[in-house]
Amino acid sequence: MKISIKSNLIIMLIFITIVLSAPIWGKVIGAAYPDLLQKFAIFALFAIGFNILFGLTGYLSFGHATFLGVGSYTAVWMFKLFSMNVLPAIILGTLMSGVFAYIIGYLSLRRSGIYFSILTLAFAQMAYSLAYSVLTPITNGETGLQLSQQDPRYLDALFGVAVSDGLPSTNFFGLSMSGYSGFYFCAVILIIGFYVSLKIFRSPYGLKLTAIKSNQKRMKYTGFNTRPYLLSAFMISGMYAGLAGSLMAVTDPLAGAERMQWTASGEVVLMTILGGAGTLIGPILGAVIIKYFENIFSALNTAELHSIFSFMPKFMENIFVFITNPFVGDGWHLMLGVLFMLVVIFLPGGVLEGLGKVTNLFKRILGFKSTKQGASKGESS
Amino acid sequence: MDKKNNISNLTRRGFLKASAATGVALSAPLFFMQGAYAEGKKFRNDPGSAKTVKLGFNVPQTGAYADEGADELRAFKLAVKHLNEGGGMLDTMKPSSLKGNGILGKKVEYVTGDTQTKSDAARGSAKRMIEKDGVVMISGGSSSGVAIAVQGLCQEMGVIFMAGLTHSNDTTGKDKRRYGFRHFFNAKMTGSALGPVLKDEMGTDRKAYHLTSDYTWGWTQEESIKETTEALGWKTVKTVKTPVGAGDFSQYITPILNSGADVLILNHYGKDMINSLTQSVQFGLRDKKVNGKKFEIIVPLFSRLMAQGAGDNIKGILGTTNWNWALEDDGSKAFVKAFGKEYGNPPSQAAHTCYVQTLLYANACEMAGTFYPPEVIKALEGFKFDGMGNGPTEYRAEDHQCLKDVLVVRGKEKPKSQFDLLEIVKQVPRAEVEYKADIFKGDLGPYEVKS
Repeated sequence: MKISIKSNLIIMLIFITIVLSAPIWGKVIGAAYPDLLQKFAIFALFAIGFNILFGLTGYLSFGHATFLGVGSYTAVWMFKLFSMNVLPAIILGTLMSGVFAYIIGYLSLRRSGIYFSILTLAFAQMAYSLAYSVLTPITNGETGLQLSQQDPRYLDALFGVAVSDGLPSTNFFGLSMSGYSGFYFCAVILIIGFYVSLKIFRSPYGLKLTAIKSNQKRMKYTGFNTRPYLLSAFMISGMYAGLAGSLMAVTDPLAGAERMQWTASGEVVLMTILGGAGTLIGPILGAVIIKYFENIFSALNTAELHSIFSFMPKFMENIFVFITNPFVGDGWHLMLGVLFMLVVIFLPGGVLEGLGKVTNLFKRILGFKSTKQGASKGESS
Repeated sequence: MDKKNNISNLTRRGFLKASAATGVALSAPLFFMQGAYAEGKKFRNDPGSAKTVKLGFNVPQTGAYADEGADELRAFKLAVKHLNEGGGMLDTMKPSSLKGNGILGKKVEYVTGDTQTKSDAARGSAKRMIEKDGVVMISGGSSSGVAIAVQGLCQEMGVIFMAGLTHSNDTTGKDKRRYGFRHFFNAKMTGSALGPVLKDEMGTDRKAYHLTSDYTWGWTQEESIKETTEALGWKTVKTVKTPVGAGDFSQYITPILNSGADVLILNHYGKDMINSLTQSVQFGLRDKKVNGKKFEIIVPLFSRLMAQGAGDNIKGILGTTNWNWALEDDGSKAFVKAFGKEYGNPPSQAAHTCYVQTLLYANACEMAGTFYPPEVIKALEGFKFDGMGNGPTEYRAEDHQCLKDVLVVRGKEKPKSQFDLLEIVKQVPRAEVEYKADIFKGDLGPYEVKS
């Protein structure tokens, strides 16, 4: 009991330190600008939520982007109708996606395995087409839902918030949600979300979810009704997605249908598997890696590659640029694909398994060395 | 036992407090740093005393509009080269304050991004350019949805957006912004220019069927063309919305055969237009006779790149374009020559508008003597210029729309080369396509934004 509390604490402490110091370590990898850091936090939250369903119960949902989209649309509507304060937006965004998750989960969870995946994918595509064209009055179709000067904002009007002559920006009781303060807001929510997921992983509830993954039939024979557990896990993970979606709207008040496309659903699956499904930290790592690739590698071009490899002799530089060029710029998907294949083939446990292997290796080498050093020291003294 | 538990609880609380304190302590310097950063400067991304200044070119490198995007990027690179070293339209632009030594003596550099023709991705890469790379201006884009999304972002961020290819009325209509400028023409102008030609060629008794790209550009173009054709006395049989990047349009084309319509209006652009036109021709629409008249296809917005993609199917089809490389004025000739020398083929209208936009921004900075956006905006508003390929042109101050002549073109029956695909039917003068800025709602917003 005592040990588990302690380890929870240490994990949380390390996690908080890493998350809040992101603007510092981000500099090293060229990622220290608010927009990317916000994306790191938001997609990490999305992946954590997805992992509660996929990592624990093994149910692979291919339609989680629906909830992301629902969260975004709800949040933007809250900004339009009620207030530019982000609180109603994220609360209602989360709740609304919970409602959607209940409906979709109720229907999809009648099947398992590949059939469940197909069902969720079908629902997601349906939601996407609805948002894209059918529900244009609500979603503004391809153009995306945006704020406008003419929005009523009843709550703001009620509390006499001054109307600016430009478009208002989102705020948390006066604290602007763009730039670094937006990132810290997302980071705090990520930390809370991580803590909740940690609690779920280490609770009897989490254990039951894992039991569903290992053998649902046996569980049913022992008298457990697994449906409520599955449905609640599906809803929780849907609400995480909704929260992430509303945070996307908080940092950038615009919601587009492409957020709900199947590629977006596939992305979170990639993130989770790449980082390590069923682990606590894995999905976060996966989210950071994919977003980093998407934003940094896609912006590299030949000239920048030349400057990266400029320390080499000219002909070597040209060869390296020639080899790496197809993998950056608009070819970053290729790079991601290769990385994903390598991870799935050699590290089925994701990047986290790879990190574990590397630290083990280092421990072995260092441990070996330190005993040797100690021995030699002992000899000399 | 109880006591022990209490102690462990206390330490946990302690730990939590400590962790919260660590968090605050870690984040504090950044808050202060940021404040200090913002206070010292008057506007976002002020190049200050740096020797270089950065521009951001945000174009579609993947998706249905990738061809246009690639050509836009070529034009941007050429514009940067000319700004730094002189040449091209720098010699023909009137009035010009450009000296060919960069902007305000600073060498011009650029960064690029991929909009993927998605609002989210476009805003993401625009944010990267503004926050990480520190650009003073963003240009590009080949979709009105993207242009409007990025324009809104630029207004919030206080960075000027020189729109690339965007043809929707909304860009300078209901979604116009103080920080956004459009050189390209729009759907309203296309309608006004096309109307008289359609009347001459096809008469006043026609039944039209629209296929429309399902986003802001498609919607406004459909609206403007409908308005024009119905004023001629045409009837609109049906309008059908198709998703962007659909690829296969056969399911939308078969119903046309039995609809009783004798004109098909394709409100499509890029690869979408190439596919829908090719499939319409394959379905035999152009060989049909309906209501005793020859079936016609109209593509209101046209480009040479699309004509190249559609091959023989484009022959004889009417449309409008912002600019064509075969124009004989000095500005066009200088641009086509420089572009051809650099890349070996003539520029598209997308390339032209992006090139001109970059030069216009640079020129406005020179006129204002600063990069401070409100001053640059004031220099651009109401700016009259010539020698950039479209004849006398004016940036209207009320909605940031350029007013100029519009070309009505037709796919050439006997092209002389693989690039010589469009013949100019009529150069419609500015007076005939001009409209009042206040017919569209919307508000430009403030000059000053807090960065």
